[in-house]
Amino acid sequence: MSLLETRGLSKSFSGLRAVHEVDFALPEGEVRALIGPNGAGKTTFVGMLCGRIEPSSGTVRFSGADVSHLPAHRRIRAGMAYTFQITSIFAKLSCRENVALAVRRRHGPQSDVIEALARVGLDDRADQLAGDLSYGHQRLLEIAMGLAQKPRLLILDEPTQGLSDGEIDAFCTLIRELKAETTILLIEHNMAVVMQTADRITVLNFGEILAEGAPDEIRANRAVQAAYLGTEDA
Amino acid sequence: MTETGKAIALHAGLVVLLFVLQWVLPAYHHGNLARVMVLATYAMGYNLLFGYTGLLSLGHAMFFAAGMYGMALTVKHLGWAPAPALVAGIGAGLLLSLAVGALALRTAGVAFMIVTLMFAQAVFLTILYFGEWTNADDGLVLQRAERMMWGLDLSNDATRYVAAWVLFTVCLGLSLWLVRSSFGKVLIAIRENEPRAQMLGYDTFRHKLAAVTASGTMSAAAGAGYGLLFGYAGASFAGVQYSILPLLWVLLGGAGTIVGPFIGALFTFYLIDIASGFTSAYMAVVGGVLIALTLFARQGIGGELRRRVWRWLP
Repeated sequence: MSLLETRGLSKSFSGLRAVHEVDFALPEGEVRALIGPNGAGKTTFVGMLCGRIEPSSGTVRFSGADVSHLPAHRRIRAGMAYTFQITSIFAKLSCRENVALAVRRRHGPQSDVIEALARVGLDDRADQLAGDLSYGHQRLLEIAMGLAQKPRLLILDEPTQGLSDGEIDAFCTLIRELKAETTILLIEHNMAVVMQTADRITVLNFGEILAEGAPDEIRANRAVQAAYLGTEDA
Repeated sequence: MTETGKAIALHAGLVVLLFVLQWVLPAYHHGNLARVMVLATYAMGYNLLFGYTGLLSLGHAMFFAAGMYGMALTVKHLGWAPAPALVAGIGAGLLLSLAVGALALRTAGVAFMIVTLMFAQAVFLTILYFGEWTNADDGLVLQRAERMMWGLDLSNDATRYVAAWVLFTVCLGLSLWLVRSSFGKVLIAIRENEPRAQMLGYDTFRHKLAAVTASGTMSAAAGAGYGLLFGYAGASFAGVQYSILPLLWVLLGGAGTIVGPFIGALFTFYLIDIASGFTSAYMAVVGGVLIALTLFARQGIGGELRRRVWRWLP
């Protein structure tokens, strides 16, 4: 059964069709990458999944229930977690408190805080102020806050942006480990990361699904190449 | 010593010091400090919303006045004793803050400031409009007989000091407990980054409404206490000035610190007291100090203490 499903999901911003009639299904346990050129509607689409953006029409179902009209915090409580594209942490609080806020919401044990920090390699910085971390480390803290929620669906919006090569390798390893625990929807620009981690890929272009399939199929898909490279025969 | 231990020791030390001071201070300062403790209680209520939740209200005088009039009207017109009248005042503040919060929190930022300001003006005008009961501009004077609580004469200086101290201590303890609780930590998270708090699964509207209510109720307790201890309920306490004052105290003392409101209220009180001895333009002195503090100690006195000396200050 699909953990997450959309039917006819659309969003227009004063006439501009950002996302148009998207039917999307994500089975439990899968790592799915969502890719597409800039402005394809990826962030708008996931914004509607987790309740940050109200859809113009269409439905979102999560674990069998229609969540289309639930506010964001109720969807998070139902088991979604979202990490922001533009780093959004509590800059004036310690790393420990940033993650503890995520753990406390689900009444988890304190030990989960250090565990989540350790998974992204920030456990030795637990008492630093989050705002004092480098940009890359702030991205990792953001991911730790996602992990600490122990979500059924983890939505990562361009998590590797601004990470060093070494950090990206560690991130890919982390995603492979997480596969056993949760379903992941990954919005990513870095194709190497996508090809390494994703079970399947959905390509969004001009607000519609252009292609969907295993990494090798997508790599070979001419329409996808055209969308990315702008070749003539699309 | 752990950070919790230090925090408790510091605040308990302040409270003990204030209690002991009643036998040390000359009469004039003794009376001043009783007043400052009640005003600081008002500022602590304000600080829960402004300092910890990050919501700037320009209408807190309505909650202070709700407490004051909720108490005074029941004493004057229903003949209630001070204790139940105090509860009536606090209850009036609770209901008003719940209602105003539910409406004003539909807005944010500048709009929230304007809406709270307008609600406070409506309360102020309501007090004037029902002059038959509130005695409008002249206000209600509580006689000594109406201020006898459990056999204690609240118009007596020594009793009044202890009563102000009890009110201050209870509210300080409540504030400390609240901001260190998991609820308080969510309020701080909302202040720091509301969208993120929401995306961690917190219902930020309900948390903000609870913060407005806690803040308004504590302000009302201060208002009811003030009316009872100083024997007067007047419409001027519902005016714009009394909405601005707690903001000023909290800014000077240190927003988002537990001791900040007390430091700010004490500092401002004596600043005005001393400056008015030299010049009739004492508000210019206050203005100058405020500008200097904003330039050189943006986080207020308590905030600077936290930054430079006590990083653990709650």
